[in-house]
Amino acid sequence: MTAVPTVPPTVPPTGQPVHLIPAAEHGSSARAARARALTSLISRNGAVAVLILVMIVGSATVPTFGTADNLRNTALAASFLAIIAAGMTFVIISGGIDLSVGSVYALAVILSAEMSKYGSVAAIVVPILACVLVGLVQGFVIARLGLPPFIVTLAGLTGIRGLVFFITNEGNDHPSVPGSQFFETLGTGSLLTIGNPVWITLIVFAVGWWVLNRTAFGQAVQAVGGNDTAAGLMGLPVRRVKMTVYAISGFTVGVSGVLSTALSGGGQEARVGNAYELSAIAAVVIGGTLLAGGVGSIVGTLAGITLLYVIQNLIVQGFNLNSYVQQVVSGFFLLIVVVLQAVLSRRSASG
Amino acid sequence: MSSVSTAATNESADVPPDGPSGERPDQRRLRPGQGWARFLREHGVYVALGLLVLYNVLFTAHFNNVATIQLLFAQLPPVLLVSLGMAMVIGTGGIDLSVGATMAIASAVMAKLVAPASANGLAQPIFLAITLGIGAGLVVGVFNGVVVAVAKVQPIVATLSLLVAGRGIALVITGGALVELFVPFLKVIRQGQLFGIPYVMWVAAILTVAVAVVVRRTTFGYRLVAIGGNLRASVLAGIPVRRTLITVYAISGVLAAIAGEIATARLRASDPSYIGLLVELAAITAVVVGGTPLSGGRVRIVGTVAGVVLMQMLATTLVAHNIPNSVSQIVEGVIIVAAVYIQRVARSSA
Repeated sequence: MTAVPTVPPTVPPTGQPVHLIPAAEHGSSARAARARALTSLISRNGAVAVLILVMIVGSATVPTFGTADNLRNTALAASFLAIIAAGMTFVIISGGIDLSVGSVYALAVILSAEMSKYGSVAAIVVPILACVLVGLVQGFVIARLGLPPFIVTLAGLTGIRGLVFFITNEGNDHPSVPGSQFFETLGTGSLLTIGNPVWITLIVFAVGWWVLNRTAFGQAVQAVGGNDTAAGLMGLPVRRVKMTVYAISGFTVGVSGVLSTALSGGGQEARVGNAYELSAIAAVVIGGTLLAGGVGSIVGTLAGITLLYVIQNLIVQGFNLNSYVQQVVSGFFLLIVVVLQAVLSRRSASG
Repeated sequence: MSSVSTAATNESADVPPDGPSGERPDQRRLRPGQGWARFLREHGVYVALGLLVLYNVLFTAHFNNVATIQLLFAQLPPVLLVSLGMAMVIGTGGIDLSVGATMAIASAVMAKLVAPASANGLAQPIFLAITLGIGAGLVVGVFNGVVVAVAKVQPIVATLSLLVAGRGIALVITGGALVELFVPFLKVIRQGQLFGIPYVMWVAAILTVAVAVVVRRTTFGYRLVAIGGNLRASVLAGIPVRRTLITVYAISGVLAAIAGEIATARLRASDPSYIGLLVELAAITAVVVGGTPLSGGRVRIVGTVAGVVLMQMLATTLVAHNIPNSVSQIVEGVIIVAAVYIQRVARSSA
């Protein structure tokens, strides 16, 4: 009856350090850990790696691709969608999505041209403010009223496009910038032979990287995207963070639209920016940001959008294929990337 | 998406915790407007449709005559068919953005087969062309389903890639050009009537009933809704998730293909850059306005039909009153948000 063995204490006495089991350097668990690290490295930097690879192969095989002129033009063409994709990255990391960017871009383009007759300041400030306002309203509906971002920004896509057509007299007006205005140098000017929009894109991404990775707000965005209930319980202002990311998206779209008008001098159609949301989302996803939110890389987004444009450029330069073959290639490229991402992330989760 | 859950949690924090017995009478007072909110959630789309019809009968000239109804019936079928497929996909918690591109592919395949050799076609009989066009839709749908169910890519990105690529494929098939079709049978599709109702409307009606029966009365329908309600639980319950999902996307592809062929018959030509453009947005709008939640787990067929009719009639009404197209687009945006807001209010207080 007294043979009950004394159970050794499972909890170490206080004051004694808890010994952690050191990670194995060999065996299956180590292999899994290495695979996980590799997968995470690939999914975070895969777009950059593929971009470098495509650039090298492209320069080697297509003689007109590697020329300074071609690279300069491709960078300039990509800069408008790149700026939009920077804002989209914030929205997607926060667990949302912004389908309205194409229509809001058109709003900025048209407003900037309309306002240019009141001077450069109006041509810059009014469209950007209008786009931030649109973002804030959508963010309010999403964060305060708790509606799904997909639906709210889908309504924004429809409604804002309607507003643009309303402003332009059902799309019949193509407002242009009267005379030459100072703000047009933002689009047409260049520094070190590289167009100003490219420099502005780099600034936007540098600031975006800093905000996302080095500020409390950026950490809050990632936390909200990872698990908004948990973020709320930790005391993060979930609603304010959500509203802010849509305002950021509006801001970047506004900047992009103003630059577009500055480069073109106005005269763009009311349907400008159609389907931009698709390219922006594709770039963000290719860049390794998960649509589920919580995890993402703004540098990856820059690589993703550059990759889309470089591939299009290579198709045109190297294979002389028409625009609809480009569509097919872009679509299947996106598909391959997302399938790889899904497979890799599943393997790392189960490993 | 995830924001709904936060709001719901915040909402429930304002309400005292429920006892095991559930609703107490004093608690009911703490949730104002439950009666009308629940009613609107369940029947809002019918109320709106009823009001719109009433308004039109009273104030819109030339509304209550046969020609208007017939025009409406002629315009409805493509969007209706696409919306039915979309409702099923949304019921599984997914979304299908590729339906417009699928319409274009089906149209292009049909045109390529039936067009005479002088127009770079294969000069095949129309019935073969129609069948293979639908077959193309099936292939696209199965492809979507495999990417979603087997590769486990999120539906929005999986189908986004085909939205981009699919229209390109359609343009490649027709060589980038509009293909005019002078086939007698397409005139039958376009103009034929039975009991004063166009054939295409009959086709749409029959397919609607078929989809409703499949969703409500078959094992497959229950599995579809179960997957949308709780994917993990469905897996644990032994539901063949992959097969069910692939079938749902395949049905969506086939319905979109039929819609594409009807649209082609109406247009008398296959124009891959125009057929089915933005139809995915119209379909999602109709499904959501009809009361199917985007989060899945529920499919409302009659609501979807009402949603399609409502949005179509709204556009017609605004045109009839000389409201510019731009304003009707703005109104459409507001209606989408309002519809979902009403449903959400109702859900959190019900």
